Amino acid sequence: MDLGSILQYLVSGLTVGSTYGLTALGFTIIFNATRVINFAQGEFVMLGGMLAVFFAGALNLGVFPAVLLAVSCTTLVGVCMERLTIRPVQGANVVNIIIITIGVSIFIRGVVMLFLGKDTFSLPPFFGTEALEFFGAMIIPQSIWILLITMLVLVGLRTYFNKTIFGKAMLACSFEQKAAHLVGISVDRMIMLSFAISALVGSIGGVILTPITLTSYDVGIMLGLKGFAACILGGLGNPFGAAAGGLIIGVLESFGAGFISSAYKDAFAFIILLVILFVKPSGIFGRADIERV
Amino acid sequence: MGGKQNIISLAVFIVVAAGFPWILPSEYYISILILSGITAIAVVGLNLLLGFAGQISLGHAAFFGISAYTSAILTTNYGFPVLAGIICGIFLSAIVAFLIGMPALKLKALSLAMATLGFGLIVYIFMNETITLTGGPSGFVGIPRFNIMGYDFYSDLAYYYLVASSLTVVIIISLNLINSRAGRALKAIHSSENAARVMGINVHRYKLFVFVLSAVFAALAGGLYAHYLSFVAPSAFGFHASLQLIVMAILGGMSSVWGGVIGALFLTSMPEFLRIYEELETILYGLILILCMMFMPQGLAGGLGKLAGYVSGKLFRRGLK
Amino acid sequence: MNKDAALLKCSDIYVRFGGVMALSGVSFQAEKNSISALIGPNGAGKTTLLNVITGMISQSEGSIEFKSRDLSSIAAHIRSQEGMIRTFQNLEVFAHMSVLENVMTGAHNRYKYTVLDSILKTPKYFARERQCRDAALEKLKFVGLEKERDLPALDLPYGKQRLLELARAICGDPALILLDEPAAGLNSRETRTLGEVIAAIRQDFGITVVLVEHDMELVMSISDQITVLNFGQVIAKGTPRDIQNNPEVIEAYLGSDD
Ligand SMILES: Nc1ncnc2c1ncn2[C@@H]1O[C@H](COP(=O)(O)OP(=O)(O)O)[C@@H](O)[C@H]1O
Ligand SMILES: [Mg+2]
Repeated sequence: MDLGSILQYLVSGLTVGSTYGLTALGFTIIFNATRVINFAQGEFVMLGGMLAVFFAGALNLGVFPAVLLAVSCTTLVGVCMERLTIRPVQGANVVNIIIITIGVSIFIRGVVMLFLGKDTFSLPPFFGTEALEFFGAMIIPQSIWILLITMLVLVGLRTYFNKTIFGKAMLACSFEQKAAHLVGISVDRMIMLSFAISALVGSIGGVILTPITLTSYDVGIMLGLKGFAACILGGLGNPFGAAAGGLIIGVLESFGAGFISSAYKDAFAFIILLVILFVKPSGIFGRADIERV
Repeated sequence: MGGKQNIISLAVFIVVAAGFPWILPSEYYISILILSGITAIAVVGLNLLLGFAGQISLGHAAFFGISAYTSAILTTNYGFPVLAGIICGIFLSAIVAFLIGMPALKLKALSLAMATLGFGLIVYIFMNETITLTGGPSGFVGIPRFNIMGYDFYSDLAYYYLVASSLTVVIIISLNLINSRAGRALKAIHSSENAARVMGINVHRYKLFVFVLSAVFAALAGGLYAHYLSFVAPSAFGFHASLQLIVMAILGGMSSVWGGVIGALFLTSMPEFLRIYEELETILYGLILILCMMFMPQGLAGGLGKLAGYVSGKLFRRGLK
Repeated sequence: MNKDAALLKCSDIYVRFGGVMALSGVSFQAEKNSISALIGPNGAGKTTLLNVITGMISQSEGSIEFKSRDLSSIAAHIRSQEGMIRTFQNLEVFAHMSVLENVMTGAHNRYKYTVLDSILKTPKYFARERQCRDAALEKLKFVGLEKERDLPALDLPYGKQRLLELARAICGDPALILLDEPAAGLNSRETRTLGEVIAAIRQDFGITVVLVEHDMELVMSISDQITVLNFGQVIAKGTPRDIQNNPEVIEAYLGSDD
């Protein structure tokens, strides 16, 4: 177990973990606005990758225009989802809305399967293919891109929530919808915005990972699960915790694959997750609220 | 208390279930009914947990699978009689449910969802990877048909009646449980855990009880499944399967035992009918799910109940005039 | 008054929520067969004290003695089985059960039978269920809700949900009942009825009552003893007459709140 391989596993863990973290961020944003876990979140991530592949290939666009177009389209899908399936049932039971999101995820998967097929696709890396050597670990440029873009998204979201009026309004909604409504914030619009941002962030997570891990119509399921795990691990409702939770799961998995067995890497990650939940039910970065009686 | 209503609906169910095979156009539909019935056993159990006690399990297919594999391995590799294999499978599932439920049921809503989901995935991964024991992803073959005291349930019709009677027993147990002290305790926990504790209800113990009971029902279904198809593979017990069970419970209608039966029948048979649309199958399935939940928030049982109430109300009023 | 007559005795209770000291060194007792009121402005810590007594939250310091037995770290459901039952300030009726079922749930530990009895519908099941039902009907009649027995609890108007919680609580045959603002949201006629019901609970069933309440008329008319809390501390104790004339109480509570 030399430094080089430890570093290698760490980097590949952080790379995949970034996508988990961005997925988790998407879950958190919608959860904060609606108290609903959006089971279609993984499909946003899948759409990011699959659409980029489609635009790059079928429309013969370069990687960058394809990526931009894919991310915008997915954001639009997020908005449509909210308008067509969530807003009409406003005030319904949370459990029912969750089932609706499951229906949407199956629907999206079905559409992608119909039009883009069941094959596995790849996307060329954004810039450069030459791996860099760093303390005995080989680091591909895409890994660096992934980490950079993830950082950028995090900083961007932070600024958005802390500095802009829309961001602050969304935060207000997440604390107390009724009060937000009373001070003139349109809760409807905030919920729509939360779907847009979740889809945006999720699709970025999907598109940056595609050059490394390939993609197909069904990758959203597992990515969604990992993202959900990440936001529970980080403490549900806490965006920073969600992102950190994603990185932790990525790294756990990567070390599990490297040092234990690649077949059991997912099992390893989930076992650790269960242990953490049983020891600290509110997640690593969550605060244990005492329920008011 | 609805005791009379329960007896009537139970009688209707038994008559319909007994008569069903005779009105079906082909053998093929009987096999769909058998699979629906097996699934319904698991869903009715899950509904006790989800609909009545308000606790979610996103890993319930694991109990289904643990029992299916246990019974398959014991009967095929070690020559156990089928009944003994199924009983062992149920036992093992119950023990696993107890051990996982013990810490997990202390968690609230979404953390509980995550814990059970994680548990289900871990079991699924082991089913895939312990190839020498389970056959891995390609599955485990050559499982004997269900037989008891020398009688083989070879014909689908015989197997159908086996499944239908098991389902009936499960329904009766569930109905009786709900109309009792324990049933009230479960519903109380669903409404308000604090108030339930104040009434002297041991919340954790009741949650654990219903969790294990629902695992036992899922395990019974798993055993019946393995010894019907004579083949099991992990893909039937993964996250998708767990989700499917949940969706059936909710879509069917969580507030009654019958919801589970209706949901299982509807969602197990629907893909068979959608199959003619081939490529569109998944899309239509998703669409139906969305529309049902948007327009029938009480589930199919709720919708049917309303319809029945409306019709009988009409008839009754007309009768009075 | 001899010392053994105290049914409930809390000594020196401390509770902290993050930076807020909700209770600091509160002692409180309720004599057998008395009605003891607990008053104080909003946020004084009354609900928190009930939570500690009934085991919904645990205190960081202090002890709780009930029937001369130390219950300081005993689980809530066991305290209930020992005979202390409460109602909630923010109603906690079992919304999706019928009114009758709510009250029957209150008798959870009074008419026991096993799960097997219920699955097999043994004679014991029928016998106990009938007893439980009869007891529940009697309590419903007592609070005047017998007509609503088959309605879902959710469909009851607010005031009747309060009565339902009361019926549910006494159906468990407790020695002590703790009521958290039972008159909140009731009109004056309903409040008078409630006063009569509470007095009758002590009279007819011999149940000791701890009453948290803002309605001074109600408190003054039925309590034997009053304890006043402010900022998590006891600032006065005494009979209704003592309290009415206590200047500190008037300043802290009566003067500022009403
Ligand atoms: N679960 C809780 N978490 C944090 N603070 C709480 C909690 N419950 C009560 N408090 C605080 O403790 C203090 C006492 O509250 P409470 O007992 O509800 O007062 P009362 O019932 O007298 O109106 C208040 O300052 C309240 O904000
Ligand atoms: Mg209070």
